[in-house]
Amino acid sequence: MSKTQTAAMMPGAEVILKVMEAEGVDVIFGYPGGAVLPIYDALFKNNSIRHILVRHEQAAVHAAEGYARSTGKVGVVLVTSGPGATNAVTGLTDALMDSVPIVCLTGQVPSHLIGTDAFQEADTSGITRPCTKYNYLVKKSDRLQANIEEAFHVARSGRPGPVVLDLPKDIQMLDAPYVEHKSAAPAVQRYKPVTSPDKAVIKEAVKMMKQAKKPVIYGGGGLINSGPHASDALHRLVGKTGWPTTLTLMGLGALPADDRHFLGMLGMHGTYQANLTMHNCDFMLNLGARFDDRVTGRLSEFAPFSKKVHADIDPSSINKVVNVDLGIIGDVGETLEALLAEMEAQSFRPNDKAMARWWEQIEGWRSRDCLAFEQAGPVIKPQKSIQRLYEMTMDRDVYVTTEVGQHQMWAAQYFGFHKPNRWMTSGGLGTMGYGLPAAVGVQVAHPEATVIDISGEASFLMNMQELSTIAQYNLPVKIFILNNEWMGMVRQWQELVHGKRYSESYSSSLPDFVKLADTFGMKGLRASAADDLDDVIAEMLATDGPVIADIRVEKEENCFPMIPSGAAHHEMILGPEDEANKSISEEGKVLV
Amino acid sequence: MLDTTQTERHTLSVLVDNEPGVLARVVGLFSGRGYNIESLTVSEVDTARQLSRISVVTSGTPMVIEQIKQLLDKLVPTHSVQDLTVGPAHVERELALVKIVCVGDKRVESLRVADSFRARTLDSSLNSFVFEVTGNSSKVTAFIELMNSLGDTEVARTGVCGMTRGNNIDLVG
Ligand SMILES: Cc1ncc(C[n+]2csc(CCOP(=O)(O)OP(=O)(O)O)c2C)c(N)n1
Ligand SMILES: [Mg+2]
Repeated sequence: MSKTQTAAMMPGAEVILKVMEAEGVDVIFGYPGGAVLPIYDALFKNNSIRHILVRHEQAAVHAAEGYARSTGKVGVVLVTSGPGATNAVTGLTDALMDSVPIVCLTGQVPSHLIGTDAFQEADTSGITRPCTKYNYLVKKSDRLQANIEEAFHVARSGRPGPVVLDLPKDIQMLDAPYVEHKSAAPAVQRYKPVTSPDKAVIKEAVKMMKQAKKPVIYGGGGLINSGPHASDALHRLVGKTGWPTTLTLMGLGALPADDRHFLGMLGMHGTYQANLTMHNCDFMLNLGARFDDRVTGRLSEFAPFSKKVHADIDPSSINKVVNVDLGIIGDVGETLEALLAEMEAQSFRPNDKAMARWWEQIEGWRSRDCLAFEQAGPVIKPQKSIQRLYEMTMDRDVYVTTEVGQHQMWAAQYFGFHKPNRWMTSGGLGTMGYGLPAAVGVQVAHPEATVIDISGEASFLMNMQELSTIAQYNLPVKIFILNNEWMGMVRQWQELVHGKRYSESYSSSLPDFVKLADTFGMKGLRASAADDLDDVIAEMLATDGPVIADIRVEKEENCFPMIPSGAAHHEMILGPEDEANKSISEEGKVLV
Repeated sequence: MLDTTQTERHTLSVLVDNEPGVLARVVGLFSGRGYNIESLTVSEVDTARQLSRISVVTSGTPMVIEQIKQLLDKLVPTHSVQDLTVGPAHVERELALVKIVCVGDKRVESLRVADSFRARTLDSSLNSFVFEVTGNSSKVTAFIELMNSLGDTEVARTGVCGMTRGNNIDLVG
């Protein structure tokens, strides 16, 4: 900001909206209250920023996450002080774990009351410090513009994440300077994550790639965060190398599901071929994944024969849990382009002979057909319901969100994603109640698209107040509930790990989902038998408005394959027949 | 590859913006992830640019130390992170104030010990002294142990602060 530039003076609330307009914000997800009334007042007079009124502040953050993950833009949240801010904490933590760019404005009691236990006062900056990438308590009107601009810069740069701006009510009301034009120069100077990978490191990486005889590409959410160009570059890398590729839960869609090099998702409920390829590889190229414990299984046995290269924008991700041979710090899209250029320069050729042998081995694992299931009889197999949902939406521009549990894993296993930004799920935090509000955010961003929340009946109840939001804005979200009348994933662990003692995991006293839809003026559908399934899906898709589809699935189906906690990739349980042979170790039981 | 078995002690020097919450951010990073803080000192060092220097002594395996440095570096208000222990030669100092209550021979002996440690006498009464001692941590510890054997003591230590030797200056990058 040049010193000579004259600043216009206006109330802080107007500065806040002006800066957001300049940052390209077109929608805010929020909920009002006393400490943010000046901002709501300014919004009332504003024509360019749309406000979506949610029914709970947690949902505001998840909606903003859905918006952000499906567009690549920063999601914006506005909540009041005290309970508004504390309600947002789960969403902020979720966004931190899954690296989602969010700017969350929280109201705060006026500056002179801070620290007096004033009405609806909470130490928001203290509470949110560990669950945000960064946070501010704005204390000076003349820093307001710079603080907001920096907040957006921090949220979207480097490894994205949530940023909280705590705004005392007097700061919103007092006149503050606003300088027209991008003036984020000081912010950019202070926070400058490295995005371009080091040339020498890229050279070294390609040298290592040339030695590989049993390579695997292991891609993660960084590929999605980097933008669609990263997925495009991955596609070219896979084409050029012919290497087998697996993706994490967060990375699904970075490579089209029907690409023959794609082995499916890896990890706890990943495919047999993906996990065995990881276990037996001699070279691993990690692109924007973080060696999460759901992925690695027992660390001491994780890919024990491999050299590992790890590309990540976050330097603290490298060597955090898995010691690697080479770390590449940078944006994964840029890293991929640099690798492709360097492979050209070093005339990289895949080792055809070795690759043929490696693929033969992999095809052997693939032929176990680990996701096979049998739909016999009238009871709907949950897998079947996802498979049909996928097949019947293939010709559409479809966005899927999920809740957390078995249905989430089945969605990851049986729904194929062909493009990035089409799959929104709570990976790191595993937040039940994420999917419905996330679908709100996705649908707001993509009004014409088919947006489906693949849900479980228990998770649905966690944020079902958002049905009201969906009704208010007539968002045509399709809520596809895999209703097994159990907290299925909990029931599965109790069956496998706790001697079938099903403690408190039964979903009792469920509402009639069809009638529930009716009370909100939505369509409610039910599929009770396998024969109903296609008709219900077809009718759901043909409906213009929102739909709740209650899919009554097999109640005690387990989600396989599964790496029991504490086990290694090659110790997967493939199905119920396999279960008896593999008991879960005492160390494993401690893990979650 | 980083060693994950041996525990090492490192002195880190971190230059940060002196803004509200910055110390809480640094301390939270350690406590939230279960890392050790053996000592920590912080003070503003550049008033014009509002910079503070945090000196922190921590211990962990090389993998953990590396993680700590990366996490510190990642904080928005951080300008630089120096690991004095692995960098070029450095100096480290600590200051302690030690109050000792004793009489007779022990009082005489405490003065003699203070003298040999080049401690300064800041306060004296008929049965007590307050000494100021500076040096590296082991010297300060040795002094305190000797004083403990001579009487009842009260101790205040600053924790370690340090910097590299030579003409290299750690500036805002
Ligand atoms: C907020 C929250 N509380 C608790 C859990 C633990 N948890 C994980 S899955 C699950 C059961 C989910 O049940 P449901 O939504 O019906 O899905 P299903 O597994 O039956 O498909 C629970 C309770 C969680 N992930 N999130
Ligand atoms: Mg269920």
